[in-house]
Amino acid sequence: MHPYILALIGGGLIGLSAVMLMAFTGRIAGISGIVAGLLPPKPADDRTWRIAFILGLVLAPTVLTLVTGDNRIGQPTIGPALLVAAGLLVGVGVTLGSGCTSGHGICGVSRLSSRSAAAVAIFVATAMVTVFVVRHVL
Amino acid sequence: MRELIAGLSTGFIFGLGLCISRMTDPAVVQGFLDLAGAWDPTLIFVMAGGVAVTFVGYRFVLRQKRPLWAPKFSVPAAGTIDAPLISGSAIFGVGWGLSGYCPGPAVVSLASGRRGVILFVVAMLAGMIAVRWMRTSRAAGTHQAAR
Repeated sequence: MHPYILALIGGGLIGLSAVMLMAFTGRIAGISGIVAGLLPPKPADDRTWRIAFILGLVLAPTVLTLVTGDNRIGQPTIGPALLVAAGLLVGVGVTLGSGCTSGHGICGVSRLSSRSAAAVAIFVATAMVTVFVVRHVL
Repeated sequence: MRELIAGLSTGFIFGLGLCISRMTDPAVVQGFLDLAGAWDPTLIFVMAGGVAVTFVGYRFVLRQKRPLWAPKFSVPAAGTIDAPLISGSAIFGVGWGLSGYCPGPAVVSLASGRRGVILFVVAMLAGMIAVRWMRTSRAAGTHQAAR
């Protein structure tokens, strides 16, 4: 199947997951918020569904490998030191900015939230500038 | 038990969506972000599919009185576009562009067991803890000052 069709279907599944989570628990399917709620200090009280969600995330490629023989996970494009730096920036950024690509990008935009629309415009812009500088300037 | 089913099923479907759409390949994500290079529009299709389903689905779900297995909907109230939102999103974008990983695909990619992905996620958790810790201590500080 064409990659763009698969991308559309994959996006649809992400949407289905977000709608189901809202219907079941009344929660936004934002990965940064779900993960951060488990961390110190003061982890959230509702830890069961958060841990189960993360378990489900990691289980998906494992099952995909069993069924199709390919987990569709690519390899990192940068070295370990840069991955640590990028991980720190992502962790600090999504917590300070109250969300990432899923919480702001899918759920927030679908709720027509102006905060989320602004967040998406900003992180896509700084990500594009970063890629431009790394690939075409440095 | 309900919480377990809700979390596991939605997490699994979410992860499947990320894998099928290749968002778990940082090269595809960076291909979208690289306007000056061989631009890869895949991410646009993922966002379009995700927002279309969520927009329609939320319309129906949020009209209900309450969620199936919780007393109320926990949806963020409309707020102002403040400094933490702007600076946080800007910082996140730099890390996202640098690595091609945002939190979801990074967690899903842990299944590959690659050392680089594990390093990224551990650093991400450290960053999250740092901001949460700073917020709590600042909140405690203002609380004390008020007293």
